[in-house]
This record gives sequence, C-alpha cells and structure tokens, in this order.
Amino acid sequence: MSSFDHALPVIFLGLMGFAMLMYVVLDGYDLGVGMWLPRATTGEKDVMVASIGPFWDANQTWLVLGVGILLIAFPVAQGVVLTALYLPVALMLVGLIMRGVAFDFRVKARDDHKPLWNRIFSAGSALAAAAQGWMLGRYITAFDDGAVAWSFALLIAVTLPASYLLLGACWLIMKTEGELQRKAVRWARLMFLPLVAGIGAISLATPIVSPIVRARWFTLPEFIALAPIPLTTLAALGALWLLLRRPERVLGASCWVPFALVVGVFILAATGLAYSLYPYVVLDRLTVWEAASSPAALKVILIGVAISVPAILGYTAYAYWVFRGKARALTYG
Amino acid sequence: MESLDGLLLARIQFAANITFHILFPAITIALAWALVGLRLAWLRTRRTEWLHAYLFWTKVFALSFALGVVSGVTMSFQFGTNWPGFMERAGNIAGPLLGFEVLTAFFLEATFLGIMLFGHNRVSERVHLLATVLVAFGTTMSAFWIIALNSWMQTPVGHTVIDGVFHVTSWLDVIFSPSMPYRLGHMLLASFLTAAFLMIGVSAWQLLRGKDNLATRPVLKAGLAAAAVLVPVQIVVGDLHGLNTLEHQPAKVAAMEALWTTQRGAPLVLFGWPDAATRSNLYTIEIPRGAAWILTHDPDGLLQGIDAFPDAHPPVAPVFWSFRVMVGTGVLMLCAAWLGAWQVWRQRRRPRLELPRWLLAGLAAMTFSGWVATVAGWYVSEIGRQPFLVQGALRTAEAASAVPPAQIAQTLAIYLIVYVLLIVAYISVLRYMAEKPIEDPGTSPAKRGARPVAAGAE
Repeated sequence: MSSFDHALPVIFLGLMGFAMLMYVVLDGYDLGVGMWLPRATTGEKDVMVASIGPFWDANQTWLVLGVGILLIAFPVAQGVVLTALYLPVALMLVGLIMRGVAFDFRVKARDDHKPLWNRIFSAGSALAAAAQGWMLGRYITAFDDGAVAWSFALLIAVTLPASYLLLGACWLIMKTEGELQRKAVRWARLMFLPLVAGIGAISLATPIVSPIVRARWFTLPEFIALAPIPLTTLAALGALWLLLRRPERVLGASCWVPFALVVGVFILAATGLAYSLYPYVVLDRLTVWEAASSPAALKVILIGVAISVPAILGYTAYAYWVFRGKARALTYG
Repeated sequence: MESLDGLLLARIQFAANITFHILFPAITIALAWALVGLRLAWLRTRRTEWLHAYLFWTKVFALSFALGVVSGVTMSFQFGTNWPGFMERAGNIAGPLLGFEVLTAFFLEATFLGIMLFGHNRVSERVHLLATVLVAFGTTMSAFWIIALNSWMQTPVGHTVIDGVFHVTSWLDVIFSPSMPYRLGHMLLASFLTAAFLMIGVSAWQLLRGKDNLATRPVLKAGLAAAAVLVPVQIVVGDLHGLNTLEHQPAKVAAMEALWTTQRGAPLVLFGWPDAATRSNLYTIEIPRGAAWILTHDPDGLLQGIDAFPDAHPPVAPVFWSFRVMVGTGVLMLCAAWLGAWQVWRQRRRPRLELPRWLLAGLAAMTFSGWVATVAGWYVSEIGRQPFLVQGALRTAEAASAVPPAQIAQTLAIYLIVYVLLIVAYISVLRYMAEKPIEDPGTSPAKRGARPVAAGAE
C-alpha cells in the first residue's frame, strides 16, 4: 500500500470533520434563530426568518455532505454509527423536516395558520438541535451503555442546543438592527453562563468517560502542546462576555464580533474533539484505515472534491456577499 | 421470521420516504426550467401576465423545493440506517455517484436558490437569470446522478466482485449502464409532464372557481401545448424503456405482464387478478398474442415467464397493477392534453380562451396525474427488481440492517404521520395560493426594495 493510499482515509476523515463543523456552525445559527422565534414579536419573527432565509438550504447541505462522506468513505463505520443512532437520527430528521417546510408554509398558508407554522418552525429547530446533541454525546462515548455514558449524552444534548442559541443570538446581533438587535444581545447574555457551564462540565466529563481521551489529554508533552486550545477558548469567551455586558459596544460597526468569537469557540471545540478521537472513526473500535473504502473509490471522489469544494466555498461566499448587511424583507420577483 | 419482519418494515419505510420524496423533484426538475422560460418570456415581451405567472409559479417552486430537500436529507440518512449492507458491499460504486450528486447538484441548487428567490433587488437581471438557470441545471444534474446509480442497480455493468465487494472496472460503463439513457429520458419527461399537468390543473381550477388572473390563460395554453407534444414522446420513450427492460430484466417484464409460464404467442392481459398461490391469473380480459406482439414484434415470439426465474422473481401482483396504473394514467393524460390542445387551437382567433366547464373540471381533476403515473412507474421499476437490490448480484435481504423491528415500526409510524400531514398541507396551501388574488408586484425593483422590513418575509 503506497503512502498516499495510507493517507487517503485520513484525508477523508478530515473532510468529514470539516463538513460536520461547517454544518454545526452554519445550520447551528439557523436552528438557534429558529429556537428564539417564540420570544419575538410577529414583525420580528419575519425579520429573523428573513435573516436566514437565503442561506438555510445550502447550510443544511453540509450535513448531507458529512453523512455522505461517512457513507461513502467509511462504509464499515456507517453501519455501526447509524444503527446505534437509529432513533435520534429519525427524530433529528423529523425536526429538520418540520423546520424546513415551515420556512415556506408560514408565508404561503392562510394568515391564521401562520402562528401554527411558526411554532412548528421552533419546535422542529429544537428537536433537531437536541437530537444532534444526543447523537454527539453517544458518539463520543462510543455508544457505551450505563448511567455515566447516558448522563454524558444528556449533558451534550442540552449543551449543543444552548450553544446554537448563543450562536443564533449573535447572528441576529450581526444581521438585525433596532429593538430586535437589543433583544438579541439580551438573549446572548442569557445563554452565556449556561453554555460556559456546559462546556466546562463536558471538558471535565470527557476524560472521565473515555480512558483514551484521558490518556491523550494528560500526558507530557502533549498536555503543554494542547494547552493553547482551552486557553484560547477561555480568552474568546472572556472577550465575548465583556462585549455582551455593554450592548452599545456591539450594536454598531462591530456587530459581527460576537458571532465571530462564538464561531471561533466552535472551531476550537471541534479541534479539541478531533485531537481526542483521531485516528478512530468509532472510538476504541474502528480506526480510519479499518473503516475506509477502497483507495480506488476514494481517489475518484477526491478528484471530485478537489474540484467542487473550492467552487462550493466560492459561490457560498458569493451568496453571503449578495445578502450582506442587515436583513431586509424577503420578496420574490 | 423476525428478520423478515424487520426487512419488510425497512422496505416499507424506505418506500414511504422515497415515494414522498419523488413527488417534489418530479415537479421541481421541470418547473425550474419552466421558470427560466417564464422569466425569459417576461424579459423579452415585458407583458405583465408573464411576470405574474413567473411570480406565482416561483412560490409553488419554493414550496415544492423545500419539501423535496427535507425528504431528500431524510433519504440520504436512510441509505445508511436502512441498508447498511448496500454501502458495505456496493459503496465503491454508490458512494462516488451519490457524492457527485451532493457536490455538483445539491450545493449548487441550494445556494443559488436563495439568489433566485430573494436576490432580485440585490443582483442584476443577468446574474439573477444565471442563478435561475443554475438552479434548474442543479436539479437536472441531481436527477442525472441518482438515475445513473439506480440504473446501475437495475442493469449492473462495469464492475467486478472481489470477496463480495463491488469494485469498478469502468466508470463510463457504470454511469452509462444499459438502462440509463432510457430511464433518464423517461424520468425527465415524467417530470415535465408532472409540472405541465400541475400548471394546467391549477389554471383550470382558477377558471372553474372564477379566480383566474392575468396569468391563468397563458399558463394553461402553454401547459396544454407542452403536454400535447410531450405525452406521445413519453409513450414512445416508455416503450423503448420497456424493450430495454425485456432485454436486461426479463423477470420484471414477466411480472408486468403477469406471464407465469414461458410461452410462444403470449396474450396481453389487459385486466386480471394475478394469484401467487396458484401461479395463474383469475378473471382475465386478454388480447390473444398481444404481449408477444408488443414485446417481440412477432405474434409467435417467445417470452420468458415467471417460471423461468425460480426464487429470483418479483412479486407479480404489485408490479402488474402498478404498470396498469401508470399506462392507464398515461392514456388519460394523452386524451386530456389533446382535447385541451384541440380546443385551444379551435379558438385561436378568439380574443379570449373559453374552455367548456366539463373540460376544465376534467383538467383540474388531472392536476396530480403526473404524481400518480410517476410513482406507479417507479413501483414497477423498484418492486420489479426484487428480490435484488443490485439486479442478480446483491439481494435486498443481504443489505438490511440489524435495527430491532420495533424501532423501525415506531419511526415508520412517525414518518407516515408527518408525510400524510405534509401532503394535506401542501395541497391545501396550493389551493389557497391558487385562489388568492395576485398582489401587484409593481414593475420597478426600487419600489419593492423600499418596502419596510416588517411587512412580511415572503
């Protein structure tokens, strides 16, 4: 086996991680905005949905790419992972269906049905977010049974929606103005402490639940090499808190900073997670090399990826540029 | 027995999802191109009716697209949750084809959909038109890749099997497998007919209810013209597809024709009750030598029956009936399209098209005829491939998951409730939109941009 063939599964693990991170950040703010809907006035709801309307469909496609790479590149692992996560996957899909169709139904159905579709919108967003948190928790604990593993999954099932709520609030700080923007600052402040507590608890619990993670984290010199990840996370969270305490700092030109800081925290958390899990696709059970497809198939996909992913990133950036600035009413025509 | 129940439940669940899913691509693939046409008509003639038609059908497109997307995401997961053995065994082939679908189609259509729907005030007319074309191109590419995969599963070539795992020897052969051009042509035409009859039916409904607007008659005429030309083309393509199936999947054709025994000069069973227990048809109406004549173009031609494929043939009754529903609906579509087109042609000198009410009622009743024919056609194709997942090479039972049947049953119940509610919601909202007077969109983009934010997110 050539060294390139040996590297191929690792490249695809990286791509899968990248797609999943893109999904969590991009659809994370969509789901967060969706969950905040019940707290907004009727007019504000329209602006909130308008702020994510042009993006959500493409955002959600990163999930399809992520699970697609799991199916394509790691056929052996996908059987294990998706069979173990069968129920939460189904619940997440139902949540995504509810959220996705509500986007269109809420503006096309009769006016007196609009509140119902708004409720379906937020309920779907919450269901999808909680199911994703649960799946992440089960995945990190390698689908172990027992009270410790289940409570850990429960902890993440609560923390991930909380982080989406914070991300969604920061998105609204960036994309809206006036009273709604002030509200969004309050929402972000509301979610800050629960989120920090959640991240702290997960950071303590992960090495307890997983011996492999414990070994990875607390050995020298890796411990020192890893230190920048938690330290940068703390710095970003601290900066975010300072900004959110004084709303006037984020209402103007620097309205994008809170969102960028939270995205930074997501990236750091993903980096830490990736370091903890590598080279396993299913922790302690399947490595990338055991789970991967044939090098021939992977090469074909890699060519496609090398051409299309830069193009996708390019036109995604273009779409964000077209809809830059504060959200406006969405009109066809 | 338990594993059989699990297998059956997994099949019902996947079938429920894929049936629900195909309803919406069947509309959006062609409707996207129809929108390109409507937009071009407006830009070239600057006649308000085309703008109104474009705006109304853009809303229908957005709604249908959203339903297609969410059920498509569900499907991408169900490949793994319901058929883990499929990716383990055929992943080297199915993986890249599905991957290319995501990379070249899903992102493209999803990203430019935002610009197509909401970008009017933000990009130039030229860029907007390009975005619309890219969405249409994306939906068609998506159909291309998924049809390529499905066709390979029906008529697998271009691979070798090593230790039970499929490996590609020629990508060109895999992508353009023997049934692929026929299936792709048949499906794209099915989409154009589904969209055409939707546009015809909704317009006829508006006229019946006295809720017609500027766009109603032009759309009705264009839809009838397209359908009158495309239904006969579809019948020819469908016949070619059938002959291709006879060559590569004779067991499927035997089930379609309820032909239990291999024989010369087989009759065409118009109607009958295929009985699996006695392996014969009850209460039949037959045309002597009909099947032999249609399929081999020789009244004494030899056709293989179900008995030629012991333990490797599909269940006869569902395939037989689905095929008749598809063909029957197709015949009705031909009658409706030609009757309507003939009326339009007769009235070509009149200032205003006035169709008789009985015809309008008939056309309105045919609004979703494309759905019926498309779903029935896919049932013929997919049930007709059983008991195989990959024809002759991988059995469906071998790919099933080890998920407890109770879990599959629970999630199946949830999916079914959601899907039924969504179809009811879709049709009622479509009707509500059809009867709602069109708001004058105004003709200057600047005026629209000035609308206050809180006015609505539509």
